Amino acid sequence: MTTADPVRAERTPPPRRGGFARRGSVFLTTHPRARLALLLSAPLLWLVVVYIVALLLLLVTAFWTVDSFTGEIRIDWTFDNIVTVVTGALYQTVTLRTVGVAAAVTVIDVALALPIAFYMAKVAGPRAQRALVIAVLMPLWASYLVKAYAWRSVLSQDGILEWLLSPIGLHTPGYGLTATIITLSYLWLPYVILPIYAGLERVPDSLIEASADLGGGTWRTMRSVVLPLAFPAIVAGTIFSFSLSLGDYITVNIVGGTSQMLGNLVYTNVGAANNLPLAAAIALIPIAIIFGYLALVRRTGALDNL
Amino acid sequence: MSTMTRGWRTATASTAAVASIVLLAACGTSGGGGTGGTSAQTELGELEGSVSILAWPGYVEDGSNDPSVDWVSGFEEETGCTVTSKSYGTSDEAVSLMKTGDYDVIAASGDATLRLIAAGDVAPVNTDLIPSYAGVFDFLKDKEWNSVDGQSYGVPHGYGANLLLYNTDVVSPAPTSWDVVFDGASAYSGKVTSYDSPIYIADAAVYLMAHEPDLGITNPYALDETQFAAAVDLLKAQREHVGEYWSDYLKEIQAFESGDSVVGTTWQVIQNVLAGEVSNTAVVLPDEGATGWSDTWMIASEAKSPNCAYAWLDWIASPEVNAQATAYFGEAPSSQEACDFRDDCDAYHAGDADYASKIWYWTTPIADCVDGRTDVECVDYAEWTAAWSEIKG
Repeated sequence: MTTADPVRAERTPPPRRGGFARRGSVFLTTHPRARLALLLSAPLLWLVVVYIVALLLLLVTAFWTVDSFTGEIRIDWTFDNIVTVVTGALYQTVTLRTVGVAAAVTVIDVALALPIAFYMAKVAGPRAQRALVIAVLMPLWASYLVKAYAWRSVLSQDGILEWLLSPIGLHTPGYGLTATIITLSYLWLPYVILPIYAGLERVPDSLIEASADLGGGTWRTMRSVVLPLAFPAIVAGTIFSFSLSLGDYITVNIVGGTSQMLGNLVYTNVGAANNLPLAAAIALIPIAIIFGYLALVRRTGALDNL
Repeated sequence: MSTMTRGWRTATASTAAVASIVLLAACGTSGGGGTGGTSAQTELGELEGSVSILAWPGYVEDGSNDPSVDWVSGFEEETGCTVTSKSYGTSDEAVSLMKTGDYDVIAASGDATLRLIAAGDVAPVNTDLIPSYAGVFDFLKDKEWNSVDGQSYGVPHGYGANLLLYNTDVVSPAPTSWDVVFDGASAYSGKVTSYDSPIYIADAAVYLMAHEPDLGITNPYALDETQFAAAVDLLKAQREHVGEYWSDYLKEIQAFESGDSVVGTTWQVIQNVLAGEVSNTAVVLPDEGATGWSDTWMIASEAKSPNCAYAWLDWIASPEVNAQATAYFGEAPSSQEACDFRDDCDAYHAGDADYASKIWYWTTPIADCVDGRTDVECVDYAEWTAAWSEIKG
């Protein structure tokens, strides 16, 4: 650059010409913290504005009230919403139901994902492995709603499940909690398989071989070598399925029959009831549960290896 | 180094906290509700050249969804008022959108109108300035959901009833009472369906009006504590037999096609769609009467284009346009003349005052009983909503 124009270069000596950019770059090279600040300020601002401020607003809204007739939010500080949510029988029932559904979905998904992920990571050849990864990712290309409505027709009284089961004397569970658990397990399965697959891929084959050489059978190798190494990955998978189930309200609306979950209560309070403060108070329940779950997981040390 | 980082973190956190407090303070300036709004306009001025409309989906069609469905272009050509419109999904969404002040005109159902009037968001309407108003059915004028103390707040648009839909193969003899979804629901346990909204509590109240006269219910939207508790108990008992609650009309259509639901509350438009697909469903307006909706075009109290707004109210109430718009949505039109432009008025019982008198139109339940009682306080909509969540459990 500086040699491209000798005439100008003569008039303005090179160090001055590159002045600002050069000095800036010299400054940044010698001041790593400024460099970091420049790099991170935009994403951090985003994180603070979108995430933390939104959460704080949610927290604060829970302490306000709403004028029941005109629907205006009034800033009268009160604990009423929190008290209602903590002591109300309805909220306790729905919270228990939601946690039950999320736990069931998580258990089912881990049980399904472990063998699939193990096969993908350790048994299948490279071609089969690629094909399986694509197969696992494929459902994610379809819309969430399409998949939920597909399950609605599968689980219907004259759906394919009833047609399959009736010859052996069984029946479709119909719309309800069972249907919700089945559908959510299907929806979140890829999110559980992928982290477990990634975790199992990092388990060196040599350790499995060593275990076999030392006389460890299949189960012994699984229990003492593979599972402990893959545990952080399994935990990561459960965080996905558990938190996604905890916040879901669309699937339960489509296949859940009369059941409602915490998300539905938030939704009706925002939409039908126009009671944002109560909705905010209800939304704090899943946040508290997830924080509790993360604290629990942290104690096992699983997060250290993520 | 580590103390430095911690100091930096604390600084970031406190910056975030300060920023959010500033934001909160900025948000917390919305004022309380006003009173009945300003007085009605006495004469029309010059057209402003644009009008902004908030309405249910399918009410303001300019041909962009379906080229053959267009009653906005004609209005724009005739008046020179360019239309911008936004559709909403629930009455409550409409109420909060109107608070932004961005809209000149709104099409509101009876469970929103009183709230809009009370909050001062809509203005009284001088119906003398709207020539099409004269043709509107008398039984739709001056009702508690579109007028206050005899002052009109808008022009009726269309109406319909929440009917009883049943599967003719399963439910026989043909029902004539809501009994099949309440006290007799056990016969169809697991296959009963109900509308998923707090306003459905009024359906139970309509049933109780006929079957529990001791409760003394005279209007299903004016329930005191005892009457309300009876309606809630009835719905809690019904829940044991409900297969699912619906609010998306496509969901109900599919459930009746597959046989997952065999009896429940519905809209005429749902039966119209079902009739094209299967032959084993029918609707009836039960003897007890039913709830229903009657929509009203209203004008914002701080409308930027009040004259274009009046022009729109006249246009949408004119027979041909009203026929097109109500037919597209699946409801009865607001005038007899509109039926000349529709061939399905009979299916909707348009103009049948006897049929219309059996319908209890959606009205916002408020503490001041809408049936005129002053000795008791009625249960308001906020409590209806809380009770509805509890009924669903």
